[in-house]
Formats: sequence, C-alpha cells, structure tokens
Amino acid sequence: MAVKKISKVQPEKFEFSKKNKETADSIIKNYPSGKQQSAVMALLYLAQKQNDNWIPLSAMKYIAKYLDMPYIKVYEVATFYSMYNLTPVGKYFFQVCTTTPCMLRGAYNLVDVCKRKISEEENRLSEDGKTSWLEVECLGACVNAPMLQLNEDYYEDLDPTKLEQIIDKISNDEVPQPGSYRGRLSSEPENTRKTLIGNKNA
Amino acid sequence: MLEDKDRIFQNLYNDFGADLASAKQRGDWKDTKEICGKGREWIINEIKTSELRGRGGAGFPTGLKWSFAPKEVGSRPHYLVINADESEPGTCKDRDILRFEPHKLIEGCLIASYAVNANKCYIYIRGEYFNEGQMLQKAINEAYKDGLLGKNSAGTDWELDIYIHYGAGAYICGEETALLESIEGKKGQPRLKPPFPALIGLYGCPTIINNVETISVVPTILRRGGKWFSSLGRPKNTGSKIYCISGNVNNPCNVEEEMGIPLKELIEKHAGGVIGGWDNLKAVIPGGSSMPLLPKETCETIKMDFDACVENKTGLGTAGIVVINKDQDIIKCMARIARFYKHESCGQCTPCREGSGWMWRMLERMAKGEATRDEVDMLLDVTKQIEGHTICAFGEGSSWPVQGLIRNFKDEIIERNKFDPIVKKQKDIPYLVDQHLLEKENA
Repeated sequence: MAVKKISKVQPEKFEFSKKNKETADSIIKNYPSGKQQSAVMALLYLAQKQNDNWIPLSAMKYIAKYLDMPYIKVYEVATFYSMYNLTPVGKYFFQVCTTTPCMLRGAYNLVDVCKRKISEEENRLSEDGKTSWLEVECLGACVNAPMLQLNEDYYEDLDPTKLEQIIDKISNDEVPQPGSYRGRLSSEPENTRKTLIGNKNA
Repeated sequence: MLEDKDRIFQNLYNDFGADLASAKQRGDWKDTKEICGKGREWIINEIKTSELRGRGGAGFPTGLKWSFAPKEVGSRPHYLVINADESEPGTCKDRDILRFEPHKLIEGCLIASYAVNANKCYIYIRGEYFNEGQMLQKAINEAYKDGLLGKNSAGTDWELDIYIHYGAGAYICGEETALLESIEGKKGQPRLKPPFPALIGLYGCPTIINNVETISVVPTILRRGGKWFSSLGRPKNTGSKIYCISGNVNNPCNVEEEMGIPLKELIEKHAGGVIGGWDNLKAVIPGGSSMPLLPKETCETIKMDFDACVENKTGLGTAGIVVINKDQDIIKCMARIARFYKHESCGQCTPCREGSGWMWRMLERMAKGEATRDEVDMLLDVTKQIEGHTICAFGEGSSWPVQGLIRNFKDEIIERNKFDPIVKKQKDIPYLVDQHLLEKENA
C-alpha cells in the first residue's frame, strides 16, 4: 500500500528544467484562462519524473508559485493521489497489482518473488539501491492478470519464473520488453478465438 | 451469438492497427459531416431510439442525459468530459478502446460535442494508462492534421478541441463529480447532487460526462441507425457490449457480444470454460467488484443485461466478469475486495471512510476463522449503515459485495467461525429486566 509519508531528507531547491518548463506552459494552455490550477496534477507528475520518481516539498512550493495557488492546495493534491511518491523510490519501481482478479491468478506469488529478490518490505530499496516494489490496487488489465507496472510500462501474463528473469535483467540495467509474457498481442482469448475471425489475418 | 459484421469494435484485438488510415478503412469518419448536418435534435432522437444506456456502470440512458444540456449556449460555455478513469477491478474494456480504436472515440467526441453544444472536450484518463494516453494523443494529433478536429472539424463548421487530462491513481475519480473536481485541480472528492453536472459541472458550466465505450459506439449507431442498435438485445437493454472475463477461466479475454447473452455461454464459449470444469465453479462477480456475486445456480441461467442482473439482486455494472472457482477461498477474495475499497475511499463521508475499514478487518478475521458467530450479522448491519448514507455511490459499491457474500455464503462463514461467546442463551429472561445487572451477576 502506498505510504503517504513525507521524506525526512528534503532537497532545498527545486526548479523545472527548461524542457519541462515548456511542457508545463503548454499544459497550462489546455485549460481556460484563470483556471491554471487544473494543471497541478500534470505538473506534479512532471516534477516527479524530473526528480528521480519522487516529489520533494520544495517542488510542491515551486508548483504552487508557478500556478499562483496556495501551497496547501498543492500539498492536498499530492497527498491525496496514490501515484505521487513523497519519499524516494527505486529508479526501477515495481507496482504489483494484487486486487482480486489478479489475486485469483496468483499475484501473491509475484509478491513473494519481489520480497525475495528486491526487498523484504514494500517501499524499501533493494541492496543495490536501484529497485523497490509496492503492492497496488487494480491497474485495469484484469484480463492479462497477473501483471505489474514497471515505471510506466505494463508487464502482463506473468508467473514467478518470468518475473525473476525480469528482475535479473533489471539488476543489469537492461529494461525488458513490456507487454504480455505469454505472447498475447492484446486481450484476445488465447488459441480459442471465436469472434472477428475474418480479421485475424487481415 | 452476434455476427461479426454487427460488431462495432472491429479492431478490438488490433488486427489492423490503430492509425487514421486503417480506421478510415474500417468506416470511421465516414459521413461525419452529413450526420452532424442532420441537426442536434435528430442526433439526440436517434440515440434515444437506439435506447443506448451508459456503459460506465450506472446504465443511465445516454440520449436522455444529452437532452439535459441547455439547448442554447448562454454566458457559460458547455463542456464534454469523457470518463476514461477505468479502475473497477475486473474491467479493462476502455483500455482496449484507447489503444486500438481511438478514432471511434474521437469521432464520437465530435458528434457528442456537437449535440450538446460543447467546444471543448476533456478526456480523463487514469494515470497508470500512460502509454494508452500517448496512443490516444497520437490519434488526436492525426485528427488535427487531417482537419477532423479544431476549427471547422471534419467540415461540420463546428469548433472542437480535445485535451487529455491524466489522473493519478484514485479510483474515486471515476465518479463523475469527483472527476470534475480532479480536472479542476483539487482532491477527487465527490460533490453533492443536485445541482447535476448537466447544469453546473466543470468550472460551474454545463457539462456532459460519458464513458469511453458509450461515446465510441455513437458514430456507428448514427451511421447504421438507432433501429439497428435497438434490434440487438431486448427492449431497454439494447445493443452490444464489451465483456471482460477474468479470474479462474482457461482463456481470460475481452469480447464484444450482444446484450443479454447468457453468462454460461460467455464463460464456456469465449473464455474457454472455468478452470477445473463448470462443476468447479464457485461464484461469479458479474459487473466489476462493486456488484454482488452470483452463486453457481444463478450462473447457469442468468442473461447478462441490466434488467436481468437487477432481477437477480446484482447489477451489470461495467460487465467486468470475475470468475471464482472452488480452489479459491471465497471469503478471502471478498476480504481483498473490501481492502480495495478501504484503500480507495476518499474519506469525505464518515460511514464510508470508517465503515470500509471495519468491513475489511472483519472479513479478514472471518477468513481466518477468528470471528464470532454474531459478527456475521454485525457485518451485515455495518454494510446497511454505509449503504445510502454517503454522498456518492461508493458507499453502495463497497457494501454490496459484502452483502452478496453474506446472502449467498452465510453458512460457509458460520461454518468457519463457530465460536459463540454466549455459551447458553437465557431464554427465560423477562422482558423488562435490566440487561447490565444480569451480566454483572454472570460475571
């Protein structure tokens, strides 16, 4: 479960890089004038990406000034949504879905692998300091269960052995191919497709 | 079974690719100008004829929803908001539409925006669907380049801009007013209704909110006629629907089928049957985790549409079918769902914030056999205290699955939790005795 605990170690200053500043300005333009507060979620996400996958307090203050809104409102948003990490996480951040549809297909076996190969507890960095893992709620790929999210990509149709291989690759700084690990291209039924047959080899 | 030519999502399995050229080959963006040329009244009436019901869970008639938008644009602009915050456990249909059929969605957005007088459309995608969002953005860029969006979209003389807004991992933002709060840059906590968003919604302006699947089927309905759509299924439960079948089946899949298809056919034919055979079936959650589960006897006969599900004390919801077989511990499964709701409660209303945690903890103990017999009734009482006492439907969503469990598997829970703290019930206590005095004597 995501812990909404603020990190004790905080960098003093945060500022968007030039490229992110441009992105931020173009995002703000998506909303009507005077409603720039709407961009807060996107900007927090940008800040998180820029700052090694977590959001320091200084970034929240910076965004509050950037959008001309009270700091507490940014803080509220950052602590409400579960995708914002308020403490450092690994460069490779595994999020294992364990909600019922995944659980039925053995998601807790994946959790055991994470416990063994990454760290005993959630939210704790592995020994080499590169990876951490977290149990999360439904990621919306139930048909391809069990699955996990590694940074922004979905790894689907897993089993413990395949996850072990993925983690081994990650520890060598190789990012494995995302997608299904049973060779499925989408959410079609394996081998027994009864619909849209005519399209199959189109 | 629905014939292949009647399936709306021809590219559900990505046989063709999602780009504009192949989408046009499949018939998207055909005659969009002529459709809009027939006028708002015609579009809304055609959707009413088709009896299309919202695919996001509640099943509200779409034509009726659109007709709530003010007829003329006053001082406030109108907005169209698409709900792609798909987080209901068991549901993954919108993901495939975003990935493989984005042009159906974009064309639907144009027609719907035209019908409700909106010049701006926001698509709220859950933050985890980052790659899917990128694919949609690519399709939107293609559409702009081809003159299908922007000023004079697709030659309809209508100006439309579509923007994507990413969520950040909050289930509650799938509730329409929480979604609006989230777009406004606040915590996603639902608003009190009324006022309904159709009059006071995003930034206080009239707003129509629809699910991805609902909007994506609109262009096809208008091209083939509302009568065609309503000829599928049965009255009030018309058309086709993407069913997601997950859990203990041999081939979990998404499939588009006619409304009202028997559940057994879906599982046996499309999903390759229950693991261990049909007799190994324990229960099925028919419509995403917030709908009460069905025992095996009902699964034999039930047809999957809105009204048939309600008759069987459950709901079609999002049509996310989760199959649970006898190898699983049903109480543990429901405890995990209760944990999901405990995690996702936004914390605004006390009954839901506290009650969802109570339900989770009680179910966890029941799964281990540590609860007392009386607690089963107490748990049912807790669910009744939550249901109907909250601002949004999350209260119902979190308590219904627990009620479904108790309704269908009470014996099993009691079998496991036999412990009875009151060893012998004193039946001869007169009516007006002070209970606490009695207890003191016993102690």
